[in-house]
Amino acid sequence: MLGFGLFLRRLFRRRIVLIGALILLVLIVVALAAPWISPFDPNAVRVARRLRPPSAVNWFGTDEYGRDVLSRIIYGSRASLGIGASVVMMSVACGTLLGILAGYFRRLDGPIMRVIDAFMALPDILLAIFLVAVLGASATNVVLALAIVYTPRVARVVRASTLVVRELPFVEAARALGVSTWRIMSVHVLLNVTSPVLVQATFIFAYAVLAEAGLSFLGAGVPQEVPTWGTMIAASQSFSDQAIWLVVFPGLAIVLAALSLQLVGDGLRDMLDPKLRKSL
Amino acid sequence: MTVQGDPLLSVNGLSKWFGSPSQGVRAVNDVSFSVGDGEVLGLVGESGSGKSTIGRLLLRLLDPTNGTIRFEGKDISALNERALRPLRRRMQMVFQDPYASLNPRLRIRQILGEALDAHGLARGKARAARIAELLELVGLSADHADRYPHEFSGGQRQRIGIARALAVEPRLIVADEPVSALDVSVQAQVLNLLQDLRRKLGLSMVLISHDLDVVELMCDRIAVLYLGRLMEVGTAEEVNRNPRHPYTRALLAAAPKPDPDAPKAQRLLKGDLPSPKSPPSGCVFRTRCPLAIEACATTVPALETVAEGHAVACIRSDVQELMTS
Repeated sequence: MLGFGLFLRRLFRRRIVLIGALILLVLIVVALAAPWISPFDPNAVRVARRLRPPSAVNWFGTDEYGRDVLSRIIYGSRASLGIGASVVMMSVACGTLLGILAGYFRRLDGPIMRVIDAFMALPDILLAIFLVAVLGASATNVVLALAIVYTPRVARVVRASTLVVRELPFVEAARALGVSTWRIMSVHVLLNVTSPVLVQATFIFAYAVLAEAGLSFLGAGVPQEVPTWGTMIAASQSFSDQAIWLVVFPGLAIVLAALSLQLVGDGLRDMLDPKLRKSL
Repeated sequence: MTVQGDPLLSVNGLSKWFGSPSQGVRAVNDVSFSVGDGEVLGLVGESGSGKSTIGRLLLRLLDPTNGTIRFEGKDISALNERALRPLRRRMQMVFQDPYASLNPRLRIRQILGEALDAHGLARGKARAARIAELLELVGLSADHADRYPHEFSGGQRQRIGIARALAVEPRLIVADEPVSALDVSVQAQVLNLLQDLRRKLGLSMVLISHDLDVVELMCDRIAVLYLGRLMEVGTAEEVNRNPRHPYTRALLAAAPKPDPDAPKAQRLLKGDLPSPKSPPSGCVFRTRCPLAIEACATTVPALETVAEGHAVACIRSDVQELMTS
């Protein structure tokens, strides 16, 4: 086990990873502190000030109802990042469970992995659109749909690691001691598959933020009255030729979030993989 | 408890085939031996001879294909995992690789505690004391308990592995090459520890090794394996002084001697271990045996007693001279 300080120092040895982590940190702080830092009420309609370009008052301009775009982006980060985080948690939980079961119990391996292969054969966004269409468009269902879409990725990675870990001598030692199968899976295997899961989780976070925006833009996601980065772009479609800022700023937010998560994920992968190879 | 006169562990006709019966690997073939109370049996052989497989079969970490394993007078060869649980307290294993046999993500306290928890031993307040006691028993100190495995050297890790095995107070320990992954300087320390513990706790042991010196030092009796079959079994003294099987003799002759003036060891064996997928007919050793005759290809030699406590599986064991051409 690495100490936390050493962990961070190794992770940030590459400057670009540090930049990604800082952007991510800023986004998270912004989301958490939204009520205190947002200059206006994100839903306050002021028709007199509609479609104003960026100015000293409205830094990112106003939309077709005169609502402040900056405030809406700040509040939108809550929904966008919140949905992303929920998707990560759900898909990591389900994927880890399925992956360990498939990897540890050889008899479950076939059935579980064939279903997972079937899900992975479908394009992510199409599957998500289909699921949202079936479940109905709401923030909860978007989370559910995306969690179903990304669970197979986690399950595959976890299964592969489990196959390695289950053959290691310390698992054999635990069996020789009479340690229960449940404990072997939930302690010995779980603790030793966390590194690849962590890497996957960061990437899934990035995909989920992008996918939520995509779904909302297509109208197959969060209802438009809820400000998310995706719904903001979707709502501005018909004004985008006269008010380009309505597209640019939410778009930038999406890019920053996805990019920073990808950078951190890359950093984690580069740091954890060689160590993983050494320790396994 | 053991029935009087019954050995602690007795193995009869033990076989293990991996893969299909027709094409699979015959890792262990019709092996029989016993280990008495407080006795140390050495299992010797080259890599691929099936020693580690036997160790795992004894602990039922693998299921035998054939044969019986009796422990404390009870047949354990067909018990399921649940029925084995109480037995796990009575027999334990020390592993070869001290770097892989401890979970890198757990503290020593958790590693030893898990052994105790598995059998409901030393609960509550007694736990910390028991963990400290175990660490001291293997020559470590109580404040090592809160460290992670990577903070220890190979020798120390192996001590922790031994402490884990001892946590459940077993009667029998199967030690699978316990020192072969360690530096030579550390090997002696760990072997001394094992011997001390054996004396102090009255342990029986099955010591798996390819190192004849280790086996000679540690064991009361020695069983020599070749390609999954027993070649020779006898007291350590008998096997070392008076080896009867040509394979044992070749092994002993090949062992390096500490005396620089001693005549150079002759290489009596040529070639490699044949594939256990298609072992030679008759005596499995005949393809490398300097004494092989035609009859060796047709009969599988049975283990026959040649002297008190000394059995050999060779139809040529009466031939004393190993030919050196």
